[in-house]
Amino acid sequence: MKLISKFEGPWSTPEEPLDVKTGEWRTQRPVVKREKCRQCGWCFIYCPAGCIEEKGHYFSADLDYCKGCGICARVCPAMAVVLVREEV
Amino acid sequence: MSTLDARGQVRVLDGNRAGAYGVLLSRPDVIASYPITPQTPLLETLYKFEAQDLFNPEMVEPEGENSAMGVLLGACAAGGRTFTASSSQGLSFMNDAYLLAAGNRFPIVMAIGMREQVSPHGVTAGQQDAVLVKDHGWIQIFTESCQEILDSIIMAYRLAEDADVLLPVNICYEGFYLSHHSQRVAIPTQAEVDQFLAPLKDMQRLKWTLEEPMVFSSYTVPPELLTEYRYKACMAHQRAKGKFDEIDRAFQKTFGRSYGGQIEEYRTEDAEFVIVTMGCATGTAKVVVDQKREAGLKVGLIKIRMFRPSPKERLIDALNGKKAIGVIDRNVCYAWNCGHNFVEVKNILSDLQAPPPVMLDFIAGLGGADITSQHVEKVIDMTHAAARGEQPPTVTWMSLE
Repeated sequence: MKLISKFEGPWSTPEEPLDVKTGEWRTQRPVVKREKCRQCGWCFIYCPAGCIEEKGHYFSADLDYCKGCGICARVCPAMAVVLVREEV
Repeated sequence: MSTLDARGQVRVLDGNRAGAYGVLLSRPDVIASYPITPQTPLLETLYKFEAQDLFNPEMVEPEGENSAMGVLLGACAAGGRTFTASSSQGLSFMNDAYLLAAGNRFPIVMAIGMREQVSPHGVTAGQQDAVLVKDHGWIQIFTESCQEILDSIIMAYRLAEDADVLLPVNICYEGFYLSHHSQRVAIPTQAEVDQFLAPLKDMQRLKWTLEEPMVFSSYTVPPELLTEYRYKACMAHQRAKGKFDEIDRAFQKTFGRSYGGQIEEYRTEDAEFVIVTMGCATGTAKVVVDQKREAGLKVGLIKIRMFRPSPKERLIDALNGKKAIGVIDRNVCYAWNCGHNFVEVKNILSDLQAPPPVMLDFIAGLGGADITSQHVEKVIDMTHAAARGEQPPTVTWMSLE
């Protein structure tokens, strides 16, 4: 019998991501203009997927999980986030 | 010293209060529960225990049953020992969180003070609420007496948190007949229960911590992975059966009481035919079996304690060679026009030696009706008739006769 998971139930860790890469569903991707980011963290707070990461002097989305909903771009007071269409 | 602290004493307790002592003795970390008749006095007793400093779990009063179970999902993921209780519509309202508990293999222990399920409306004893969720992945133990409720809650933690099981467990008892009727109950000492639950301390359990976060109930792809988790849960249910027998034997060693594990066999060994019961009517039924034995009928009784997972192997052993089986069901299964245990027992007929026993079903005690000794006498007489080759109706609705 072929078993994949070392866990008894549907659990996963950041190291062994047995979960779905929701980033595969994305049709547009948030791009942060780093010089405009004021590090207010609104994108971090509002992101429904919880995939915004703090990168020192700016924030950006983890594209493995970002579904491209655009909420970060909508809430950004500095208009530092723009959505770019994903090319197939 | 608190007058409520009756640990180590014999008291007259109803089922709710007996259950509360089982919870107290098991030292849970988190209790989250919403009151609903007939389970409410269990919660009230737990709050009294906490108010008098008999134990110190985190007590959460949520806005409803769904949140109650939600709180416990998180507490259990963080490694806590948890308890809740509900009934009927409350159980229905918590349904999606109830499913998450089993799917995530969280060893939550939950009492069900069983009640009829609306509609038709009736705040009355029944088993319909608990049997409705029979395929939701929980282990379900049905009890016969107030003592058995207390003891089963302690056993439930030993079973649920076992590293080979890791499944949530329901301890089910009929509302009013057990929840509000008082019986003699021996309350174990804290030291005895601590010793009985001590093996759990060495069991490894996955925990969510701030340092090592995990995703629970992760969205699962590919299909092979989802299949794998279903398979693993099925295997855990199968392992739970023998484990429950072992726990019952260990319980007897510590406390001097045994309930037979998955099923209790009462005067079945030389029986020509048997009746099958589940829940509190078993007490009455045993008395009638004794009377019929004195009158010369070779009748036995099988009490189903473990309804989920199915005690298939034990039932096969107990039922082999019997000429007829009469099942008393305090619930209905619409699909098969009978009760649930009739369907369950019928499933193993093809595993029995030929010729298979004749089977009859008796729907009794719905809507809070008493299952009386006269009812049981009729069940035994009709099953006896079937064993002798007569052909009584397959399903009898007792209250409608």
